[in-house]
Amino acid sequence: MSALITCEGVSVRFANEAVLEQVNLTVSEGEVVTLIGPNGSGKTTLIHVLMGLLKPNLGSVWRAPDLHIGYVPQKLAVDYTMPLSVARFLSLGSGTAKKFTDVVHTVGIEKLLNRQIHHVSGGEMQRILLARALLKQPSLMVLDEPAQGVDFQGQSELYHLIGEIKNAWNCAVLMVSHDLHFVMSATDRVICLNHHVCCSGQPESVALHPEYQRLFGSSKHNFAIYNHHHDHHHDLHGNVIGPKP
Amino acid sequence: MMEWSLDHFLVRALMGGLLIAVTAAPIGCFIVWRRMAYFGETLSHSALLGLALGFLLGIQPVLGVLAVGVAAGGVLIAMQRRRQLATDTLLGIIAHGSLALGLVVLSSQETLRIDLFAYLFGDILTVGKQDLAVIALGSLVSLGVLLFLWRPLLLMTISEELAAVEGVNRTLVTLLFTFLVALTVALSMKAVGILLVTSLLIIPSAAARKLSRTPEMMVVGAVIFAALSICGGLGAGLLWDLAAGPSIVVVATALFAVTYLVPGRV
Repeated sequence: MSALITCEGVSVRFANEAVLEQVNLTVSEGEVVTLIGPNGSGKTTLIHVLMGLLKPNLGSVWRAPDLHIGYVPQKLAVDYTMPLSVARFLSLGSGTAKKFTDVVHTVGIEKLLNRQIHHVSGGEMQRILLARALLKQPSLMVLDEPAQGVDFQGQSELYHLIGEIKNAWNCAVLMVSHDLHFVMSATDRVICLNHHVCCSGQPESVALHPEYQRLFGSSKHNFAIYNHHHDHHHDLHGNVIGPKP
Repeated sequence: MMEWSLDHFLVRALMGGLLIAVTAAPIGCFIVWRRMAYFGETLSHSALLGLALGFLLGIQPVLGVLAVGVAAGGVLIAMQRRRQLATDTLLGIIAHGSLALGLVVLSSQETLRIDLFAYLFGDILTVGKQDLAVIALGSLVSLGVLLFLWRPLLLMTISEELAAVEGVNRTLVTLLFTFLVALTVALSMKAVGILLVTSLLIIPSAAARKLSRTPEMMVVGAVIFAALSICGGLGAGLLWDLAAGPSIVVVATALFAVTYLVPGRV
């Protein structure tokens, strides 16, 4: 598994306030990495640094030379003064007609194409943004809180869809999420960020980490949905420490 | 029977007006989408300073207006980056500071006799062959740059963040767009005058909004409404001996009112 994107010792300051301190992160081919952290902990700043939108004050970022990033922003509010159909919005990106049909079918937005983009719901908008990112034939999908403003049922479907896309299109995924209970089962690695990397590793180990519990509490219901069978244990760093007895 | 040659003042007025309509309407759409009406207003206020400097230096007034417009836009962008004052405050300072400076410079030139009224409200009926050549060249440049800028500018208008991820050079696009607005102001000044330039940018675009489903449809609609306004304004001006510039804006406003008030799809 070769690395797609790597940052080392990244520090960012806004007006003398440290937003990121000494952050190291690597996303490799086919991997799903989830960034969690409280509001204002620097998650969006970190993905902006990784995508090259923001130069860090310190540290370095490396991106694979042929890296195609498909980006799904937190939200997209198109000004109502601009008439814009969903189809025209998608065609502003790239991709062939065949690709277009495939993508539209995958995310299930056939019926939305002629709709004005101001008239779609939060969940529909996230699917449209996913489609736009997929049209770029990404080797890495970057999603910034993809389920924001989506209802409970919709969130579950959306994360399911992201998982399907990851498998079918064979791309790596880096996402920011508050909903650890939703993303747990689909995530290879969780990175808990609070200006610095508090802890990282496989989902269960992060959920048990004292730093994580200090930030998010250790409420039992967090564990309710993502429970799944594992045939091995992890230590606090996410290393596998042998099969289940 | 009228002769359709460039020797006839009405033919020159009509050609100049239509060229301005085709140039101003697409820029006007972006001004409406990006909520920059006051920016257009500011560049047109600064035009008086451009005129004054043009006379002082003995260069084409259009070039003076274009240069001051681009400078005003540059000053605005630089001041916005410092994040101390809101954009509308900065625009107010630049608009009125440059307007006042322009009036001071003009009034200091005792030997200068210019028809201020013509620059404030336009004098499209006096468009000469040289004016027409300047307008044609300016329109060609403007449409060329816009064609090159279309996709990145549209993407940036929809989402700055998406545009940045997709590698759009936002600084370059912003600067070129500022240049386009300044150029449009410099060209449109002849038709409707400094005080009414913004109207030619935003009213036809606003009229086309309701009838459009894509950005491109809105631009085509805006061009049609702008062209109708020019024809209607010139016609009314001739028929009833009215000032042509304001008549053009009155026709544009009436067209807007019709599309706005007639019920229909959005």
